[in-house]
Amino acid sequence: MKRSEARLDTGGRVNRDRVLNFTWNGKPYKGLEGDTLASALLANGISLIGRSFKYHRPRGIFSAGAEEPNAIVQLEAGAYTQPNVKATQIELYEGLEARSVNCWPTVEYDFGAVANLCAKILPAGFYYKTFMWPSRFWLTYEYFIRRAAGLGRAPKEADPDIYDKAHAHCDVLVVGGGPAGLAAALAAARTGARVILADEQSEFGGDLLGRRDVMDDAPAVEWVRKVVEELASFSEVRLLPRSTVFGYYDHNYLAIAERRTDHLHPKDGLGKPRQRLWKVRAKQVVLATGSIERPLVFADNDRPGVMLAESARTYLNRYGVKAGRRAVIFTNNDNAYAAAIDLADAGVEIGAIVDLRPDVQGPLPQKARARGLEILAGEAIVATHGGRRAQSVEVMLLSPEGDHVHGTARKIDCDLVCVSGGWSPTVHLFSQSGGKLTYDAGRACFVPAKSKQAERSAGACHGTFGVADCLDEGFAAGLAAAGTAGFATAGISLTAPAVEQPGEAGLRALPIVPGKTAVGHGKAKHFVDLANDVTAADVRLAAREGYRSVEHTKRYTTLGMGPDQGKTSNVPGLAILADALGKEIPDVGTTTFRPPYTPVSYGLLAGRDVGEMSDLTRTTPIHEWHAMTGGVFDDAGQWRRPWYYPRAGEDMTAAVRRECRAVRESVGIMDASTLGKIELVGPDAVKVLNQVYANAWDNLAVGRCRYGLMLGEDGMVFGDGVTARLGEHRYLMTTTTGGAARVFGWIDDWLQCEWTNWKVFITSVTEQWATVSIAGPRARDLVRELAVGTDVSADAFPHMAIREGKVAGFPGRIARISFTGELGFELSVPASYGMALWTACVTAGAKYGLTPFGTEAVHVLRAEKGFIVNGHEFDGTVTPQDLGMAWAVNASKPDFLGRRSLERSDMKRADRKQLVGLQVQDATAVLPEGSQVVERVLKAPPMPMIGHVTSSYWSETLKRGIALALVAGGHARMGQTVHIPLEDKVLDAVVVSPVFYDPEGKRLHG
Amino acid sequence: MRRYSIWSLLRNARSYHEGWPEMWRSPEPKPEYDVVIIGAGGHGLATAYYLAKEHGVTNVAVVEKGWLGGGNVARNTTIVRSNYLSPESAFLYDKAMELWPGLSRELNYNVMFSPRGLINVGHSREDMIELRRRVRALQLNGIESSMLTTAEIAKKAPILDCSPTASNPVLGGSWQAKAGIARHDAVAWGYARAADARGVDMLQNCEVTGIRREGGRVTGVETARGTIRARKVAIVTAGHSGVVAAMAGFRLPLTAYTMQAFVSEPMKPILDTVVMSSKLVSVSQSDKGELVIGMSTEPYASYSQRGSLPEVERAAQTMTELYPCTRRLRMLRKWGGTVDVPVDASPIMGKTPVENLFINVGWGTGGFKSIPGSGFVFAHTIATGEPHPLVAPFGLDRFASGRLISEHGATGALVHGE
Amino acid sequence: MLLINCPWCGPRDEIEFNCGGEAHIARPADPAALSDAEWAEYLFMRKNLKGLHYERWHHSYGCRQWFNAARDTVTHEIHATYKMGETPPVVAGADGIVKGSSS
Repeated sequence: MKRSEARLDTGGRVNRDRVLNFTWNGKPYKGLEGDTLASALLANGISLIGRSFKYHRPRGIFSAGAEEPNAIVQLEAGAYTQPNVKATQIELYEGLEARSVNCWPTVEYDFGAVANLCAKILPAGFYYKTFMWPSRFWLTYEYFIRRAAGLGRAPKEADPDIYDKAHAHCDVLVVGGGPAGLAAALAAARTGARVILADEQSEFGGDLLGRRDVMDDAPAVEWVRKVVEELASFSEVRLLPRSTVFGYYDHNYLAIAERRTDHLHPKDGLGKPRQRLWKVRAKQVVLATGSIERPLVFADNDRPGVMLAESARTYLNRYGVKAGRRAVIFTNNDNAYAAAIDLADAGVEIGAIVDLRPDVQGPLPQKARARGLEILAGEAIVATHGGRRAQSVEVMLLSPEGDHVHGTARKIDCDLVCVSGGWSPTVHLFSQSGGKLTYDAGRACFVPAKSKQAERSAGACHGTFGVADCLDEGFAAGLAAAGTAGFATAGISLTAPAVEQPGEAGLRALPIVPGKTAVGHGKAKHFVDLANDVTAADVRLAAREGYRSVEHTKRYTTLGMGPDQGKTSNVPGLAILADALGKEIPDVGTTTFRPPYTPVSYGLLAGRDVGEMSDLTRTTPIHEWHAMTGGVFDDAGQWRRPWYYPRAGEDMTAAVRRECRAVRESVGIMDASTLGKIELVGPDAVKVLNQVYANAWDNLAVGRCRYGLMLGEDGMVFGDGVTARLGEHRYLMTTTTGGAARVFGWIDDWLQCEWTNWKVFITSVTEQWATVSIAGPRARDLVRELAVGTDVSADAFPHMAIREGKVAGFPGRIARISFTGELGFELSVPASYGMALWTACVTAGAKYGLTPFGTEAVHVLRAEKGFIVNGHEFDGTVTPQDLGMAWAVNASKPDFLGRRSLERSDMKRADRKQLVGLQVQDATAVLPEGSQVVERVLKAPPMPMIGHVTSSYWSETLKRGIALALVAGGHARMGQTVHIPLEDKVLDAVVVSPVFYDPEGKRLHG
Repeated sequence: MRRYSIWSLLRNARSYHEGWPEMWRSPEPKPEYDVVIIGAGGHGLATAYYLAKEHGVTNVAVVEKGWLGGGNVARNTTIVRSNYLSPESAFLYDKAMELWPGLSRELNYNVMFSPRGLINVGHSREDMIELRRRVRALQLNGIESSMLTTAEIAKKAPILDCSPTASNPVLGGSWQAKAGIARHDAVAWGYARAADARGVDMLQNCEVTGIRREGGRVTGVETARGTIRARKVAIVTAGHSGVVAAMAGFRLPLTAYTMQAFVSEPMKPILDTVVMSSKLVSVSQSDKGELVIGMSTEPYASYSQRGSLPEVERAAQTMTELYPCTRRLRMLRKWGGTVDVPVDASPIMGKTPVENLFINVGWGTGGFKSIPGSGFVFAHTIATGEPHPLVAPFGLDRFASGRLISEHGATGALVHGE
Repeated sequence: MLLINCPWCGPRDEIEFNCGGEAHIARPADPAALSDAEWAEYLFMRKNLKGLHYERWHHSYGCRQWFNAARDTVTHEIHATYKMGETPPVVAGADGIVKGSSS
């Protein structure tokens, strides 16, 4: 059919003054503003869109909406390309490019169609029964299967678009902007409720856009326009067209995908959010999601030109496109006659209306009859013909039972077969919300029965198909929803427009329309699921083989698992399964619907919370200095900390060695502000310390500090740190950088839930203080200069003492603490003085060669001292005894968290992994952290392992590699030689004390 | 059992595939069985099969409240691997790994085991140390695994952002070539068919409502289809293990959570291997062309089998960071399963406080891959009455002694109330 | 996304909270008096109820208060939330009513 023939001169929602150029499979075409890609292709007489998933059969446009199983295309190219988009959902724009998928070399001549020739040996699940021999060949078979499967192609580049998210609360969320939804929204809005109305289409109106209903003596779209206009006038109403409500979650929380620029050319959308994810908490929800027409399952019902009847009507009335020149209508209900009449009125020849029902008397069939359309009642299409486009159908008489056909086949020429098997309410969101469905045998569909959430269904999704009834139900639902949400509904005047609603006779549900040969016997295929090429014979096979649960059948045949999510195949598939099992449909069951209703892009779900926006970054008050002086940063959770400070020409190794030397030989400075700081204040503060630390705290004097280990209730070390007693009832606890939140939460939890009457407040003060650590033999010289007024001499200020005093002129604290094994001071000032303190230190320290050092040097220095670090030496599986730190456990304390667990039998095993040092015999070697330790090297695995390396560094002080390790029974192995197998060699090491440097602690106490 | 092959397919094509026999019978329950297995999931069905095949115990019923293979074996991300850290876990999972390659032929049912390799990506120095520790342990245990450089990863998974400016830098990773994916449903069906052929009764829609005991010994089960006596009973109920254990009067150290997964629309191949990462649980591409993404467990106890939106958003964030080309791709389908996670994230297998009542639960998020091995060693445990050597470390007694098998550095539960 | 009624702040989205697992597990007064098995009962063993579940929640990104909730682990319906120390509410028609302890 030529373009000029297909497009009507008038009518519909397209703008004939605005012609849009687009490209299909590399060739230029023209469409109109208001078209979808599907309507534009039909207007250009293009019927062959793609090839099917399994058999590569030619396929055309089957529907006009989200349910499309066939017309799946690749949209755009390069970074903007998107696979598997339904042509029925793409709004046409100037310059659009699209192409067919799953065909090679072209959609007309597709090599993959060879699969159709082998179809006889490719029933459902054939792959489970073969490809097993020889077993290693499966990867070869699979290589070809994988390449044959899949549809479109993923982009190779990153998506240049941006995505937004928005939160919203409303009183009434109305889903669907058809007659019922508009009525509901209007009713709710007039009560003053906050209303959100979302609809997946580009304009509101729903099915009214594709029909010729008359309301109050004007086209229905005029009523739609007026309602939308009124809704827009309410300040509390938000209208969301192009917005698909795709998920209905617990507690009336719904997710909406709003398409902001998908209807524009990518270059016109640049810089604007492409899509927006609305997350709505609704007090009340009105579902007015309409219904989806069901196909009939008959022989070769998949040819291009076979289309849902209502969709053909939509193309005609909404887009002004005749989907064919000569149509045959194939129906089991009255509704499809409306399509026949509309098509005939538009000049489409009607070959015949084939109706499965022997007696056809409803008002619509009568009207069609009066219109002179031929009705073949009690007959069925038994074959379709045509390659890239339907050419004809064959019709025979149907037996009264509907189980076979008879008589002579009559051939009817046509290029369009309009199919209608009745309607399935779109109950997806209702089902997602937890609502229970019930089967309506009369209309052969599932309808909502019992709501679980604050929700009600109205209109076609509720099984109410007549337009006048939809309006009434919509008004009532909107009013009731607003009322339940607390709005006065009395006196709200709502008048439904006058609209004709022809009565409809019942339908005739047949699971399978019999063909000339038994189902599955001839060449003809009765497709149930067009997207996944699942046939009626496949479903019967599944039933026969014992896959009797609908879930088994779906999984075995892949029914409903395609890109269309089974929107047109679900109920027909169930009907065939029920028939095959001799059961009723409700006894076979339905599957539960899960989000998303239609596919949702990952970019939308991710939003802007990616890259730098995915988490907070925390920096210390001294951060700028580190950055300015070329510090290289290392992340510890959200914190950025200086890792090392390379000088010109230095690599990391050189820098770290220099920093280590400086601390050991003169003095170094480190920004310790990231360490967690928690204040405990109150008379029971010491009780808290006694519970959360394994050691005793009663005798800690004011102005003194103590180190402690924190255990979980399972007895395993999860934290350590120093706590200072600042006053009678005031303590300052320090934690590791990464452990601060956890430790605070741990203590807070016990205080809130168990020790509820203890008199103590805990406060996180990590960000209130800046802390500078000065370490090295010259530390005291420097601190003496800075801490004017405080006697920092060894006698007056012993190790683990803390004083308040002026630091570089600022009020602060001075503590004598060391994590490096050298003489060390920590100077703390209110955070806002942090930078000033640091620069004062740096200025005053220049004469001592004060060297800033980062976390890597700290790690080396602490490892030389055998100090433990979370994630290395303890990881939730290690007790204080394992760490050789029984001294940090007070056995005489009656109780502390984790104490009982330490008494368990397994804690006393002599072969538990225990912390030791490893001295590699090759002094130049540095063991990789994570290396495994063995007792004996065997020729081949398995080789029993006795432990692993937890920390390992080059010790600049000792001029050799050192390592800490957790080794089974390690404490009893001192002096033993163990082995560390690496990729290419085995290193021998002697088990030694974990304290490599200054074991007497002279320097620390110096 | 009539064997499946290309020849049987051709033969049946002549009779329009109308001559295929049923995969399994749907028998009425017998009054008594030697062994009743509660739960027709992957583990339960495999246990039944190996009981019959390896131990000649064929008077066995597998009772299932819904449809067989409908639990987590139907709701996972189909990944098969054995790269576990502790030797106990490593050997247990590797027993399964040993059985996977021959499983299709063993069952005469193509489970499509596809050893396409597994990358574990390291994004931080801590990740890399952990991976190295794991790889060295596996190698010394004789289990195939090796380290990968960033360049090697970029070659094996070209869609992964391995650039130096990546939000989640790829510092390297580990590799297990024999790991891969399998067709999850087929595993359940294949075991069910093979077990049925050896005389095992599959009793579907037969919910267990009680466990009968006399004098501390199990005597049978109460079901929706009546009382069934049994000499031995095995609980293999994955997510619902806590519920079933309560019927036998004891509690378990685990919590049921929802774990979600989602798939994209089907596409032509873009990812040949399985990729796991500390940032995003797992990504692989199915034979159908869908990208299958595994997510973390939901943060609260749930038997709902449906997940929430925040977890999906989180997973999409990481996924689009790691794989920038996926932003325009779309989520087609998502589902949730109920996983029972023990405090040390390792399974619980072996005896229970009730005599002749055995348990095989707590596989948490790692159940699918272990099905063949778990079934094999658990069948041995039931048949002999004593834990198989690979099962012994996984007993319920470890929670009293404290000898946990910490795969994830489990730190015990933070517990208390008032 | 659950809507959780913090007894201190009112209804807030789930992402502001953390769940702390089964509620009303009192720490034994004298742990030393317990056998290993009894200690393990406290430490590890859980009811893991399907249906009504009394559990602890923490308003981590809000007032930072712990409180208890009676939540259904199948439907996710939250029947009640109540402050620490308050008596667990009896939920009509639900199994597994907690006996006992409140301080």
